[in-house]
Amino acid sequence: MADIDSLVKRFQNKDQVAFETLYQMYSASMHGVIYNIVKDPDISQELMQDVFIKAWQKAESYSPQKGRFFTWLINIARNAAIDKTRSKAYRQSRQNLDADNFVDIISSHDNLDSSTDAIGIKKFVTNLGQKCKDVIELLYFKGFTQKEASEELNMPIGTIKTRNRNCIQQLRDMVL
Amino acid sequence: MDIKAYIASGILELYVAGQLSEKENQEVYELMQQHPEIKQEVLEIEAAVIKLTAAASPKTVGFNIIKDQLGDSDAKVVDLKPKKRGWIAYTGWAASILLAVGLLWTLNNKSQVEEELQSVSIEKQYLEIQIEDARDNLAATKNLLDAIRDKNIIAVPLGGQGDYAASYAKVYWNKADNTIYLDGEGLPNAPEGKVWQVWSLTLNPLTPTSLGTIDDFNTDDNKIFAIANANESQAFGITLEPEGGSESPTMEQLYTLGVVASAP
Repeated sequence: MADIDSLVKRFQNKDQVAFETLYQMYSASMHGVIYNIVKDPDISQELMQDVFIKAWQKAESYSPQKGRFFTWLINIARNAAIDKTRSKAYRQSRQNLDADNFVDIISSHDNLDSSTDAIGIKKFVTNLGQKCKDVIELLYFKGFTQKEASEELNMPIGTIKTRNRNCIQQLRDMVL
Repeated sequence: MDIKAYIASGILELYVAGQLSEKENQEVYELMQQHPEIKQEVLEIEAAVIKLTAAASPKTVGFNIIKDQLGDSDAKVVDLKPKKRGWIAYTGWAASILLAVGLLWTLNNKSQVEEELQSVSIEKQYLEIQIEDARDNLAATKNLLDAIRDKNIIAVPLGGQGDYAASYAKVYWNKADNTIYLDGEGLPNAPEGKVWQVWSLTLNPLTPTSLGTIDDFNTDDNKIFAIANANESQAFGITLEPEGGSESPTMEQLYTLGVVASAP
C-alpha cells in the first residue's frame, strides 16, 4: 500500500495522480457515509463527487497535525450530506425518510461483489449487537460527538468510548 | 507512558472518528510519530472503518467523472503581447490588490476567531463531562457509605489463610435486604484464566454455597462488590477458581475466610 502521508503531501501540491489514488482509496467510503445520510443513490453520488472537488480546491487547508486525512474528508462528506438534507428541494422530494441505518443498507446489498471484504462485513453487521450498531452509526456515519451520542443512547460517556473500542475491535477481527 | 493502556482507552477510535479537540489531535499526532505501535493501531482502525463505510456505498464511481472539474492547475500561461498601460490601469490594479489583501486579512481574522471559539466550546464540553463523571462518582460513593453504615449491617473480617496470610477482605452483610458488600481491597488481581469466587458457609456440617464469581474484579476501581446472599451464612470464604467458577471451593486456593460473629 502506498504511504498515505506522502500521497496526501503530493495531493496538497496539486498532484493529480496522487489525488486519483486517494480517490480510489476513499471514494466508496465517502459515498457510503453520504448515502447513509441522504438515502438517494443519485444525490449521494453527486455529493460524493462534490466532496472530492471541494477537497481538491481546499487542499492546502488540511494539516496532518489536526487529524487524519480520512477524518478530514469524512467531515466534509458528512457536512455536505447534512446540508443537503436541510435543503428545501430535498425535503420536498423525500416526504418520509426511511429510518434505515448502515446495517440495513449493507445487509440489503446483493452480493454483486463477493470479495472476502464484502462477506466479512456482512457477517460483521449481521452479528453486531444493537449497542454496537448504534454507537458506530452515530460516531462514524453521523458524526455525533461523544456527548451527543451519550445523550442520544442514554449511556454514560465513558461507556461510549470503551464500547466503541470493543465494536471496532470486532470489526477489525472480521475484515482486516 | 503506558502505551498499551493508552491504546486500550479507546481514544484512537475517537481520533479516527474526528471526535477529539484540536489539542488532543495534536497529541495523538505526536505520539504516532514517536510510537510505531500507536501509528499502526490508528492505521488499522482507519482501514476497518473505511471498509465498513465503503460497504454502505451503493456503487463505486470512477475518478474520470470529476477529473474535468478539477480545473487545470498546471495549464500553460499564454504570453500576451506587452501592451502599453497607462497610469490609470496601474493605479486600478494597485487599488484592487490592496482591497483583496484587506479582504483576505479580514477573512483570515474571522476564521481564526471561529476556530478559537470552537476549541473553547469543545473544552467546555469536556469540562462538563468531567463534572458529570465526578458527580456520578460522588453519588456512587455516598450510596456505598449509606449501605455500609446501615444499622442492620454485620461486619465480618476475612483473614488470610495458609500461604495467603497477607491477603484479607471484609464482608458487610445486610440481613434485612439479603445483600453482602464485599470489600476486596486486600486481594490481588485474579491472574489470567482465574476468577475470585465467593462462598457462604455453614459450619456444622461444613457446607459451602457459591455466591458467584467476581468477573470484573480486576477492572473495578473501588473493589467493593454487592452480592445477593439469602443464605443463613455462618462464615464467608473467597477462593481463586478457574474462569467460570467451580461447583465446590478448591481448598488449596482458599485465600481468605471469616466467621460471622453473631451467627444465628
